[in-house]
Amino acid sequence: MRYLLKRLIGAVPTLFIIVTLTFFLMRLAPGRPFDEARRLPAEISAHIEHAYGLDQPLLVQYAHYLRALGHGDLGPSFRYRDFTVNELIAQGLPVTVELGSAALLLAFALGIPAGVYAALRHNRPTDRLTMLLAVLGITIPSFVLLPALALLFGVELRWLPVAGWEPGSLRVLVLPVIALALPPLAYVARLTRASMLEVLRSSYVRTAVAKGLPWHRILARHALKPALIPVAGFLAPAVASIMTGSLVVESIAGMPGVGRYLVQGALNRDYTLVMGMVLLYSTVLIVMGLVVDLLYTWLDPRIRLER
Amino acid sequence: MRPADWSEAWARFAAGRGARLALLIVLALIALALVGPAFSPHEGAALDWRSIAAAPGLSSRHWFGTDRLGRDLFVRTLEGARVSLAVGAVASAVSIVIGLGYGAIAGYAGGRTDRLMMRFIEILSGLPLIFFVIFVTVLFGRNEVLLFVAIGAVGWLTLARIVRGQTLSVRRREFIEAAIVSGASGARIIVRHVLPNVASPAIVYASLAVPQIILLESFLSFLGLGIQEPRASLGTLIAEGAGELQSAPWMLLVPGTYLTLLLLSLNLLGDGLRDAFDVGERA
Repeated sequence: MRYLLKRLIGAVPTLFIIVTLTFFLMRLAPGRPFDEARRLPAEISAHIEHAYGLDQPLLVQYAHYLRALGHGDLGPSFRYRDFTVNELIAQGLPVTVELGSAALLLAFALGIPAGVYAALRHNRPTDRLTMLLAVLGITIPSFVLLPALALLFGVELRWLPVAGWEPGSLRVLVLPVIALALPPLAYVARLTRASMLEVLRSSYVRTAVAKGLPWHRILARHALKPALIPVAGFLAPAVASIMTGSLVVESIAGMPGVGRYLVQGALNRDYTLVMGMVLLYSTVLIVMGLVVDLLYTWLDPRIRLER
Repeated sequence: MRPADWSEAWARFAAGRGARLALLIVLALIALALVGPAFSPHEGAALDWRSIAAAPGLSSRHWFGTDRLGRDLFVRTLEGARVSLAVGAVASAVSIVIGLGYGAIAGYAGGRTDRLMMRFIEILSGLPLIFFVIFVTVLFGRNEVLLFVAIGAVGWLTLARIVRGQTLSVRRREFIEAAIVSGASGARIIVRHVLPNVASPAIVYASLAVPQIILLESFLSFLGLGIQEPRASLGTLIAEGAGELQSAPWMLLVPGTYLTLLLLSLNLLGDGLRDAFDVGERA
């Protein structure tokens, strides 16, 4: 527990650096939030900027932002009038989380067995085939795969909707989840296979074989947990890859998640929205890093989390 | 590495059938991008009003079809591939040079310098770098040089770590001591004695980094943040194709297939190199 607290407090400076960097990087860039195609009279835009505090010195704005952030307030969106960033994220996040967690689950639930299977069939044709498929899975970019899947199952076969979103409908989720899950799935399979091969060569597995234990018991009791350590380590980057992937997948599939906010927000110079997204992303990454470390101690009790 | 090691590694590489095939496909795809458009009767930017969004087929005047403006897809794809390949090459070179230099200096200097430099890498890898790349390209966009730098700047972290580790072990060897005793400067030792000895992981890493970087460029271009009209890269072509999915699916499939084939063979090539140089599974 004390360790957890220490880690969470240790994350604060990192987040602070990220906030500061993003804040000043955005303001450095050319363009302002309320630049429109149709130019507003100078007086009106001055009023708007005043209302959002944009006429104040940069450091004052920064201080204001940090103070609000301390209360959990991400500020008003500059683009989506009448919405705060908190509201926008609260609306979109459930969609993204649903999509992402389904993809993550699929990636690990299929990737691990595939990797174990390939390791047990080391260098046989089925192993080679699985690994070739894995390389293919890592390589096909989601922005090629998803339209291709939509073309096959949506346009040609008409089994599933091409794009769109209905709350509670599973059918619209199928293709986006597959497209999102495939790269991490393939990566998990490769990782599992590599570490499983190493574990299978270890002396304690040899002992278990010599005792005459059946294979499923050796796997379940001896081999699986240690083999999963590098796989658990991939959990944090997997979340990161799924989150960036959902940027593309959500926009192709027309899903109202938070993925589109980052690019749109940056294009519109919607400072607060982008800051909110970056904060969200970094927080998730840091928390996942912590989860990974906890998993390590479960998978290998010799690992102690004190430093 | 000694010359004998090189030929040995090459022999191991050539023994892998998959890796050899991958190398052939990569070379063929590059050659196609370089000379292919010259053999086509069509110009990439030329509009063919008589065949707008024509489907591919041998009887068509455009074997691989055309897009909404009647531009030949075969030529457009290959010209886009040139851009993607160029970005891949330049950005990989940037990240390899930074990674090699940074890692070798940190490993060779050791002590406090090393700790400080590694700390910096730790902080950077904790940041959501892809967000910053997206950012930089959005904010300062429309600038292809910056795109190269931004992409390259992301890729060097892993290589720097690997090279540092290698350098730490090389540094204690006798020939480094001999070089120090004979009065060679630190810079000279790093360039002449350290770097040649860390070459093999660098090569392997580089071969795996190139497809990642090409993918990242396509990703950015797909989002509309990379290469801008009228120039096209594979990413922008795929984005156009994804928009015409129901009416002209070949617009997605032609550039999509090229990109997938390129990335696949580059990755297999990298795997083959890794086995040949025996650098172990770093995934």
